[in-house]
Amino acid sequence: MSEHVGYNANPRLRWTESLPWLVAGLAFFLLPEYLSLGARILTFILFALSLDLIIGYAGIITLGHAAFFGLGAYVTGIMSAKLGFHDPIVQLLTSGVVAGLLGLATGAIILRMHGLTQLMLTLAIAALCLEVANKATPITGGADGLSGVVIAPIFGLFAFDMFGKTAYLWCLFLLFIAWWLVRRLIYAPFGVSLTGIRENSLRMHAIGAPVDARLRKVYTLSAVMAGMAGALLTQTNQFVGLNVLGFEPSGELLVMLILGGVGRLYGAFVGPLVFLVAQDFLAKKFPEYWYFGIGLMLVLVVLFARGGILGLIDGWVARFKGKTT
Amino acid sequence: MSSVLETRGLCKSFGALTVADQINFQLEAGSRHALIGPNGAGKTTFVNLLTGRLTPTSGQVFIGGQDVTALPQAERVRRGLGRTFQINSLFKKMSVLDNVAMGVAERLKVADKLWQPARAFNAVRDESMALLELLGIAADAGLRITDLPYGKQRLVEIAIALGLQPKVLLLDEPAAGVPSMESDRILQALDALPADIAILIIEHDMDLVFRFAKRITVLVQGEVLCEGTPQEIAADKRVHQVYLGEQND
Repeated sequence: MSEHVGYNANPRLRWTESLPWLVAGLAFFLLPEYLSLGARILTFILFALSLDLIIGYAGIITLGHAAFFGLGAYVTGIMSAKLGFHDPIVQLLTSGVVAGLLGLATGAIILRMHGLTQLMLTLAIAALCLEVANKATPITGGADGLSGVVIAPIFGLFAFDMFGKTAYLWCLFLLFIAWWLVRRLIYAPFGVSLTGIRENSLRMHAIGAPVDARLRKVYTLSAVMAGMAGALLTQTNQFVGLNVLGFEPSGELLVMLILGGVGRLYGAFVGPLVFLVAQDFLAKKFPEYWYFGIGLMLVLVVLFARGGILGLIDGWVARFKGKTT
Repeated sequence: MSSVLETRGLCKSFGALTVADQINFQLEAGSRHALIGPNGAGKTTFVNLLTGRLTPTSGQVFIGGQDVTALPQAERVRRGLGRTFQINSLFKKMSVLDNVAMGVAERLKVADKLWQPARAFNAVRDESMALLELLGIAADAGLRITDLPYGKQRLVEIAIALGLQPKVLLLDEPAAGVPSMESDRILQALDALPADIAILIIEHDMDLVFRFAKRITVLVQGEVLCEGTPQEIAADKRVHQVYLGEQND
């Protein structure tokens, strides 16, 4: 059974929920040469978690989530390279707030629409952001990207080192906080009502729920998270390029979430891990055809594992339990 | 006695097609009222006008004496108008308990809580269980809706509406799609509903209508044909002509 939410769901932690953190901890000690890939994976897990909240739980369809991610990335980059604010916490919070404001403003428009119209609008907003970043060369560096990003030590104590140790732990720390907050939220009445809106918004209206207000709230929250993930990307890369915006990262993120399993808290963990590790591996082995491997993986998941990789595992566990009892 | 639900000169047209024509209707507190009429008479349109899913072309809707014509659905629910749907409109992948709890949580204003787990709100769960008991489906509280027989799903529909503690309850064909064996069970459940709730039932099943309703309104082509006690309606020749006559063919 996937995460069961509702008024009878037990919010106690299960032992399997410690696995992501165990893996992340072991990776830190056992795979020191992969820490920068690790930080990237952790960042994309945070990003995927923000998408899962609106697609998986609230049922808002979007192909433009990179707008918030990219905005967050640029805000942190510009603060450091152009304005001289190097403190990572100030950058992170500012990126979150600015992305949240964009979420609030665009949410008011796109959440009135449904289905394809909604999808097109989210695409349009992401495309607009991309074009703005492309044209505003003096501020964003345009197609050349924004370099000269400097990040001060976290709390004035932990400097970002060339091996990526600090960056990895910083990402892990923030992901842990975000995971805890999202987990609280989906077990809380608010999360249950989001699931209700996804399942049957007609019924939600009929029981007197302020559906639109609630969707705007979760959309803004998700934008804040995506913006912070963008800030993390800039801080770990110390560079911002146009590739953080637009359709491609939005689409890739969706692929990651589908791989992992939509509407499951841990689908957002498994998807980016599998996608980015496969990307790294395939790009080294088959530099020209690596996208073929990703495509194949997606086709297999969509054909044989509709609930994503986690859905597949759930199925196996259920069958195994059925045999033993 | 003042009416809890009233319409004055309610009209709705889609282009040249008029589906509600000057409907004046009153529902007294605690009444058991039925709305009948042949297919396409505009019964469901009328319900949608009452609940606010449709906006009338002209005319007004009052709940408890207040004009709610301009108010959205959710606001009308908060003023005491509950409804069930003709075709089940449930949260299919959720448990029976959660289906009811969602509505109760909205009414108790806890549905926006972000921090405490939903399970911690005992008042929501207890009240939902009490409603399931009232309707005789408490034993199925943990089942998913998809695992529940259709007749019992109809009862969940009613339980959700009751969780909103409505002053007026609109039941849109509560027995639709239910085998006749089980429709008795629905009638029993309806009889057990609190006496102070005004109930308007829209139903095709004439047995159910005549056993349940104290007053009946007949709607034909968007207009009120007549209104009266079940005996008066059963004796009315016009009703036989347009409605009951068709049924006996």
